[in-house]
Amino acid sequence: MSEMILQKSATEFRRGFQSGISIGIGYFPVAITFGLLAKTTGLSIGETLLMSLAVYAGAAQYMSLSLLALGTGIFEIILSTFIVNIRHFLMSASLNEKTEDDKPFVKALYAFGITDETFSVAAVKEGTISTGYMFGLNLVAYASWGIFSGVGFLIGSSLPQTLQESMSVALYAMFIGLLVPSMKKSMKVVFLAVLAACFNIIFMSTELLSSGWAIVLSTLLSAIIVEMIVTMRHKERGSGHEA
Amino acid sequence: MKPEIVWMIAGMAVVTYIPRMLPFVLFKGKELPAFLQGILKNVPYATLGALIFPGIFFIQEDIWYGILGAAAAFIAAFLGANIIVVILGAIAVLSVYSYFF
Repeated sequence: MSEMILQKSATEFRRGFQSGISIGIGYFPVAITFGLLAKTTGLSIGETLLMSLAVYAGAAQYMSLSLLALGTGIFEIILSTFIVNIRHFLMSASLNEKTEDDKPFVKALYAFGITDETFSVAAVKEGTISTGYMFGLNLVAYASWGIFSGVGFLIGSSLPQTLQESMSVALYAMFIGLLVPSMKKSMKVVFLAVLAACFNIIFMSTELLSSGWAIVLSTLLSAIIVEMIVTMRHKERGSGHEA
Repeated sequence: MKPEIVWMIAGMAVVTYIPRMLPFVLFKGKELPAFLQGILKNVPYATLGALIFPGIFFIQEDIWYGILGAAAAFIAAFLGANIIVVILGAIAVLSVYSYFF
């Protein structure tokens, strides 16, 4: 019996690992560029690796480098990191509805690996999400981010410029690749994505909000508006049946 | 390693981990009201929309670079290509584009 459970979690781990490979590829150029920028900002290889392994959040890490270069104080850097990364709260809350029950400390452990990318891959997966799947997924993404941050620091400047440029599309291509199959199946998904995109474009172009808050607010607005429309339609249809 | 950089990284690590971890520990899942659950189920698709736009327009100074990359990825994904093919396809199309322009 326990052997069966062990076998099941090994399969789930492998599934997660396989789904993580696209993230591993996507992180390659972003992590390489981060390593390179960290070096130019004056961080040591140890500091660069420590940041990638302990913070593990691309956008915030990039931002901290440009703030460091501007001579910003440590407290402000930590505060803006918090603001940029608060969106993960929403992602974890959403994912928590789909994950299988487990001990809180196990969930708290894989929660460390929640990024825009691991969240997206896990969230569009069909069915429930097992603990083994989350660990497999996280492992590939985390290893890729850590290893390529170091590689970028050491040899980033010798990579051809055209390759670096064209690889900057990788993460966006991954997001599109995750979104489109669900869009084909459901009109609701199309509305959700398009509405959130429109809100985010408005927030970003008017510079009313920082990018972190802009993503949180456009996601919430879109998710709430679409849910309200769906609920209203259900009620209309329900009363129609009664009449 | 400079101590102030290490402190900065430690602070960044803590404030990044807390929002990731709290929902998993605070909520058991599936006990929230149906309307709220519905919103949380919508979140992934809305997030993806906001993560792609407007960011993809600004990956290079040339806005067409991002538009072309998005179009290539969209077409590949629409035709049912595997996600890794979608990523490598978009990279390949942009490599050709930057070779000629």
